[in-house]
Amino acid sequence: MASSASTTEDLSRLSREIRGKLVEMSHNAGTPHLGSALSVVDILVAAYWNVLRIDSNKPDDETRDRFILSKGHAATALYVTLAMRGFFPKELLDSFAQEGSPLAEQPSPNCAPGVELATGSLGHGLPVAIGLALAARIRKMDYRVFATMSDGECNEGSVWEAALFAPAQKLGQLTVVIDYNKWQATGRSNEIMALEPLAAKWSAFGWNTSEVDGHDLEAITRELQKTGSDKPTAIIAHTVKGKGISFMEDDNNWHYRIPKSEEVVAAKRELGLL
Amino acid sequence: MRNAFASEITKLGIENDRVVLLSADIGNRLFEDFKEKCPGRFYNCGVAEANMVGVATGLAMGGMRPVCYTITNFITYRCIEQIRVDVCYHHQPVVIVGTGSGLSYASLGGTHHSCEEMGMLRLLPGLAVMAPADAMEVRGALRAALGQTSPVYMRIGKKGEPVIHPSTPDLTIGKAIVVREGTDVCILSAGNMLPTCLQAADLLSASGCSARVISFHTIKPLDEACLTEAFGKFAVIATVEEHSILGGLGGSVAEWLSDQSAPRARLVRFGTRDEFLHETCEQESARKIFGLTAENISARLKALWQ
Repeated sequence: MASSASTTEDLSRLSREIRGKLVEMSHNAGTPHLGSALSVVDILVAAYWNVLRIDSNKPDDETRDRFILSKGHAATALYVTLAMRGFFPKELLDSFAQEGSPLAEQPSPNCAPGVELATGSLGHGLPVAIGLALAARIRKMDYRVFATMSDGECNEGSVWEAALFAPAQKLGQLTVVIDYNKWQATGRSNEIMALEPLAAKWSAFGWNTSEVDGHDLEAITRELQKTGSDKPTAIIAHTVKGKGISFMEDDNNWHYRIPKSEEVVAAKRELGLL
Repeated sequence: MRNAFASEITKLGIENDRVVLLSADIGNRLFEDFKEKCPGRFYNCGVAEANMVGVATGLAMGGMRPVCYTITNFITYRCIEQIRVDVCYHHQPVVIVGTGSGLSYASLGGTHHSCEEMGMLRLLPGLAVMAPADAMEVRGALRAALGQTSPVYMRIGKKGEPVIHPSTPDLTIGKAIVVREGTDVCILSAGNMLPTCLQAADLLSASGCSARVISFHTIKPLDEACLTEAFGKFAVIATVEEHSILGGLGGSVAEWLSDQSAPRARLVRFGTRDEFLHETCEQESARKIFGLTAENISARLKALWQ
């Protein structure tokens, strides 16, 4: 079930809380990829609170919708989302990246309830999502499958193999979301690889393609709710790396930088959490 | 072996409606029967093996029993990371079948020779690595693989190889099959070298040397009981494979042997050398280049035995 009675205002507040937690976790654990995690938060919130048919008490229910965060380097955003959505206690987040914790910097198989796939090597989520969608069709089940990738991830050849295959199989219950923040690890994603015109590429490959402001919860929700009858759906979500914290926004240093104590305070203040 | 695979996978698909067959743009007509008898469960994934292995993993996670099939090189070297991360790291029951293995496609050139892949794949945690000897073992191996809840890689040859077993053996993964009894030397054969090994045993027999021949169809997990018994009994033991002497059956047995404290028999490995084959030739000639002939195997074993 999608979580009920969440207004956009509530969800916007939730997004800010998640962002605050992400900054804190990056600082406490000394782990990178904060900019990438901040970028994908609103996509996760829209999916987990408004769209996915899931029950946090039954994380292995065969009929559940599947959400794969293929950009595994943003795992903290998934962990916090799952904890906030009730899949596991929020206290577990405090163990993130500590020795012995189930929550590694990038997720391992079955590391925590709700984590569908061990990701971190890019280009794996979409092919697996296709397999899950095919299994649903063969077994006459109606669950939907979502894979969220980064724009840098679209450098991988396996993404384009999958992009060619899913439309051939007419997988209407499959949706890919691209968290298009225009950066990858070492530079502008469009300078390193010729991604543009990205939406036109997915469209030309046979996907129902739309572009959306990846930080507009209502707009993302609308797009995620759409299913294609005989075509998979691609949502190009225009996002800002480091979103929500002025001194991190669109600054690729935050792919690897770890926030200092005073920066954590400043970030939380900006997010209205202090 | 190829036709036996097509026939057996069809039988298994009829028996179990969770079995799904994926191929990467080969064997289309080979699988007409499967497509007819198991509608909606054959997927030609195109020439896109990395995606195919990921799709197979998703199918397995969704409760299906996927079997991926294409030319050995492309389903192993090409997408080793998908096999490692998607299939093995998640320990999904995906069966990966490589066809035209070893030197089967010698005439197609080095892009189609696969003499290293068992060595690569047996390093992957939780993955069984198999090399059935003939059409009958292919049937038994496939049946055994689909009876597992863990991943299996299987290399098979091409079509028309000699059939050794009179019927489908009751094949257990990790349990070698004694094909011919003998008392002086022992030959462990992987995959399609079994007929050559039996010929070598005939030649040895004519010289008064009795050779046991074993179809060592599983490279991982190794049949350690079989090895312990053989190394305690025989003076000379050979491994024979259409694979590099590094990393395959010979490499595995050598590793195992180095951990044993009991008196050791002499191990001699027959396989391809650590080099690419550049000559244009058919399988038989390619085998000759690497000494994979009954004459060479029997001569060397005889010399070591005496």
